[in-house]
Amino acid sequence: MRCRTVKCRDVIRELSEYLDGELDATLAEDLRRHLQDCEDCGIVVDTTRKTIEMYCNMEPAPLPKDVKRRLQRALERKLRLKG
Amino acid sequence: MPTHLDNENVLVAEARAGNAESFATLINQYDRHIYRLALNITGNQEDAEDVLQETFLKAYSNLGRFQGDSRFYTWLVRIAVNEALMKLRKRRGASWVSLDEPVETNDRSLTPREIEDWADNPEQSYAKAELQDILNYAVEKMEPQFRTVFMLRDVEEFSTEETAKMLGLSVPAVKSRLLRARLKLRERLNKYFKRGRR
Repeated sequence: MRCRTVKCRDVIRELSEYLDGELDATLAEDLRRHLQDCEDCGIVVDTTRKTIEMYCNMEPAPLPKDVKRRLQRALERKLRLKG
Repeated sequence: MPTHLDNENVLVAEARAGNAESFATLINQYDRHIYRLALNITGNQEDAEDVLQETFLKAYSNLGRFQGDSRFYTWLVRIAVNEALMKLRKRRGASWVSLDEPVETNDRSLTPREIEDWADNPEQSYAKAELQDILNYAVEKMEPQFRTVFMLRDVEEFSTEETAKMLGLSVPAVKSRLLRARLKLRERLNKYFKRGRR
């Protein structure tokens, strides 16, 4: 059975794949064990997860009205040319 | 990624046959997503508006080429990303940083500088519009090669492989940029969300 000691720099290097659940199961377990003992790494993992979640949940603002109006005009011109 | 319309395939077929109303329905569903993506890649409102218009005009002209082997939205995003990258290259000229330029792989560059815990639901400390401004500003301040990958992977939720294909990058290059982007954003957001900030 493989047993390795995970260092803080390993956590940072593997952070993305760990958060995405794409890390090899054994390495993920080693990381989890490190996180139980290392408060700083725990904070980095947790705050990075929150960062991703906030962006993922962010709804785009409605299109500004003037931008929408100009888009509609551009398409109308295109349709007239095509028609 | 936006919610997809149940009758999307029907709307695309109708638009292809010349039905302008069906195409308008598709536009209404996706325009703000395309605009946000364009704004976050180009970092410029004027360019983002051009990208938005070009994306839908090109999509309309090329509807016949849309094979339906991907989502219509994925196809739109591909067009938008190409247009946005062209704008970026044009505006930046000599100072353009190529997306496929190797990034610093030294582990030290990844070491977090600020380590402070955040509130449990940090987003609740701000009003919706204020939160959006904070998040958008943090992305804008990143270099294009990082913010482009981040937008496609974490905001639009495309897979690493899809992102790599859209940007003409290798999968390891996408992963490397995504890690750096996430760490940079975490660091930038720290001052807004750290515990006791509000």
